Amino acid sequence: MSITEPNRVSSNGSEPLLSVRDLKVHFNLGGGDAFDRLINRNSEKRVVKAVDGVSIDIFPGETLGLVGESGCGKSTFGRAILRLTEPTSGQVLFHDQDLAHLSRGQLREQRRHLQIIFQDPYASLNPRMTIGQIVGEPLGTFGLAKGTEAEKRVQDLLETVGLSKRFIKRYPHEFSGGQRQRIGIARALAVDPDFIVADEPISALDVSIQAQILNLLEDLQRQKKLTYLFISHDLRAIRHVSDRTAVMYLGKLVELADAKTVYDEPLMPYTKALISAVPVPDPKIEATRKRVMLEGDVPSPINPPSGCRFHTRCPFAIPACSEVEPQLVEIKPAHFAACIRISPDQPHIENVAAGDAPGLEINRTLASSRR
Amino acid sequence: MLEVNDLRTYFDTEDGVVKAVDGISFNLKRGETLGIVGESGSGKSVTNLSIIRLIPDPPGKIVSGEIIFNGQDILLLPQEEVRKIRGRRIAMIFQDPMTSLNPFLKISRQLMEMTQLHLGHSKSQAYEHAIKMLEIVGIPDARQRVDNYPHEFSGGMRQRVMIAMALSCEPELLIADEPTTALDVTIQAQILELIKKLKQKTGTSVILITHDLGVVAGMTDHVIVMYAGKVFEQAKTSELFAKPGNPYTKGLLRSVPDPTSEQGSLYQIPGSPPDVAHLKPGCPFAPRCERAEEICRREFPPFVALTPDHHSLCHFAEEVFAASPSVT
Repeated sequence: MSITEPNRVSSNGSEPLLSVRDLKVHFNLGGGDAFDRLINRNSEKRVVKAVDGVSIDIFPGETLGLVGESGCGKSTFGRAILRLTEPTSGQVLFHDQDLAHLSRGQLREQRRHLQIIFQDPYASLNPRMTIGQIVGEPLGTFGLAKGTEAEKRVQDLLETVGLSKRFIKRYPHEFSGGQRQRIGIARALAVDPDFIVADEPISALDVSIQAQILNLLEDLQRQKKLTYLFISHDLRAIRHVSDRTAVMYLGKLVELADAKTVYDEPLMPYTKALISAVPVPDPKIEATRKRVMLEGDVPSPINPPSGCRFHTRCPFAIPACSEVEPQLVEIKPAHFAACIRISPDQPHIENVAAGDAPGLEINRTLASSRR
Repeated sequence: MLEVNDLRTYFDTEDGVVKAVDGISFNLKRGETLGIVGESGSGKSVTNLSIIRLIPDPPGKIVSGEIIFNGQDILLLPQEEVRKIRGRRIAMIFQDPMTSLNPFLKISRQLMEMTQLHLGHSKSQAYEHAIKMLEIVGIPDARQRVDNYPHEFSGGMRQRVMIAMALSCEPELLIADEPTTALDVTIQAQILELIKKLKQKTGTSVILITHDLGVVAGMTDHVIVMYAGKVFEQAKTSELFAKPGNPYTKGLLRSVPDPTSEQGSLYQIPGSPPDVAHLKPGCPFAPRCERAEEICRREFPPFVALTPDHHSLCHFAEEVFAASPSVT
C-alpha cells in the first residue's frame, strides 16, 4: 500500500490521463495594505482559499464525480484545470505537460483536448450566434475544418447529440433548456477532446430532461472514449454516472473511492451526512430512515476552521481535530478519507473509542513525507 | 379546511391564451400536507398564486372555479378582505429567500411588520415576538441577529427567516413554493425537518410545491402531479409511489437515478414539455408517452377514478394502474 502517492491507483493499472498535484486557487480579497492599516480597517489580508491543495489522478475513460456543497470549490477546481481560472500554485499534468505553467499559446493548443460543459445553458450560449456558428466556432479557431467540410461536421455533431441538422440556422432562444445543453455538448465535442469537465450539466434542467442528458453523456463517453470530470451537488446523479467519486469540503478533498463504495459505505462523517440528506423518492423509506443532521452552514472559506475544516459541524469532532490538518489516507483498499479519527485498522468512526484518534500517527507521517 | 374546485387560471399573451391552470380540484384537511409536483411550466406555482389571489391581472385571469377557505370563497371576496387573510391565515414561503426579503430593511423590521399589521402588536411586543420566532426556527443568537440585514445571513438562514415570517401570525395554511430548491442538500434536510416539526407543533396545513419527488415522498400525505396545466394524477402519497396510475408519473419515477441499485442506462422520457400556448387536441403528454395510441392524439383523456381517492388523467388509466406493482 503506497501512502505517499495516495491517488495513483487505477482499477486497471493504466497511466493517468490527467494528474493534478497540490492545486491551489486562492482569491485575494484585498485588505492588509498600507492604506487599510492607516485607516485601521481590514488590517488583515483576506484570501479565499477556494481550492487548497487538491491532488488527484484522472484515468482515461473514467468518469470522476466531484461532489460537494455550494462554495466548496468544486467548480473552481474544474475551471482551474482548464485554466479558465488561474491556479495560484500546483501542477496539472496532461500528456507530459504542466497545463498550469504553459504559455498562452501552448495552452491554447492543449485546450483542444480539454473542454467544458457549463451549468447554465441559458447563459453559456451567445444569443447572437446561430447554432451552426456556435458549434462550428471551435473548428475554425483550431483550424480543423473550413467551408462545406465544417458545415458537414456541424451537422454530424448536432445529430450525435440528438438534434436535427435543420437547426443549424436557428438561434439559442428558440430552444428549450435541454436542447441548449445538447448544443453546449456538441460545441464541446467539436474539437474531438479527450477530457471534458461537466460542471453541473443537469442542475438547471427539469427532472424528465436530466435523465436524457445523463444518458447522452454516457453514450458519448462509450462512443468517443471520453474522460469526464463530472461536477455536481446531486449525489444521486453522481452515483449514477461516475466510476469514482471525490467528495470536497471547503477547498479540500475529504473522501475518494469508487462511486458505489462512497455511496454505500462512506467513511467520513461529512459524506455520511451528505448522503443521508438526499431525499429518497419512496415514502416507505422516508418514513423510517434515520437522518444524520448537520448543524449550521458551511463556514466561510475566507477564514476556514483550523485543522480539519469540518470539525465545526462534525458530530465526532474531538479537540485534536481543530489542530491537525488531516491528510487523505488509504483507509481501505482504494478508499481514501481525510480524518484523524479513523485508520486502516479502525475504519469505522462509530466504533472508535470516544476521544481516540487512531489515524493521528499515519497522518503525521504522511504530512511530513509530503512536505 | 381548503377546498379548491375546478380552478382555471388563464393568461392572455401575444401567443394566444395560455391555460396555465386548467381545472384543478382538491381538498386539504387541517394538519395535512399536500404536495404538488410538476416540471417547469406545469402550472404548479400559478395554482398557488391563484389561491392567494396574487395573479397579475392583466394578463392573468382566474376564469372559473371556487377556492373555499374555511367556508368562504376567496375568489368572491373583495381585495381588502383577501389582504387580511393573506399573510395572516394563509402564509407563503418562496423559492428564493434573497429576492423575497427586502435588502434595505433589518430582519426585525420585516418580521415586526407582520404582527403589527395583522395581530395589532405594539412595537415592543412585535420586537419580542420577532425574536421568539427566530428562536423557534433555529437561528442562533436570535437577539443579536434580529437587527441584522438580509445580506448578513446565509441562504439557509434566510429561508429560516422567511419561515419565521410566514409563521409569525400562526397561519392555518402555509404554502411553500419550492422552499429548498436554491439550497444545498444538507441545508434542505434542515429546512424540511423544520417545516415538519413546526407543522406537528402548530397543526398548520401545508401545500408544498416541488419538482423533487424525493421531497414529496418524505413530506406529504397527498400528491398532485401536474403537467401542462392539467392534473395528471392525484392520490395518497404512499399509493402514488407504490402504484402509479399514469404513464407520466411512472416515467418521472423511473427517470430518477436509484442509488441503491446498479443500473445501466437510465430510463428517459423522450421529448420535452409542450408549449402550453399551443396545445393540440388530445392528451398533452401523448407525444412523449410510450403507451400512447391513436385515441390519445385525438381525444382529451378522461379523469378516471381508480380508487375513491386516486385519480388519473389517461385513456388507459385502469390498465396502467393494474400493471403497476401492487402495494406491499
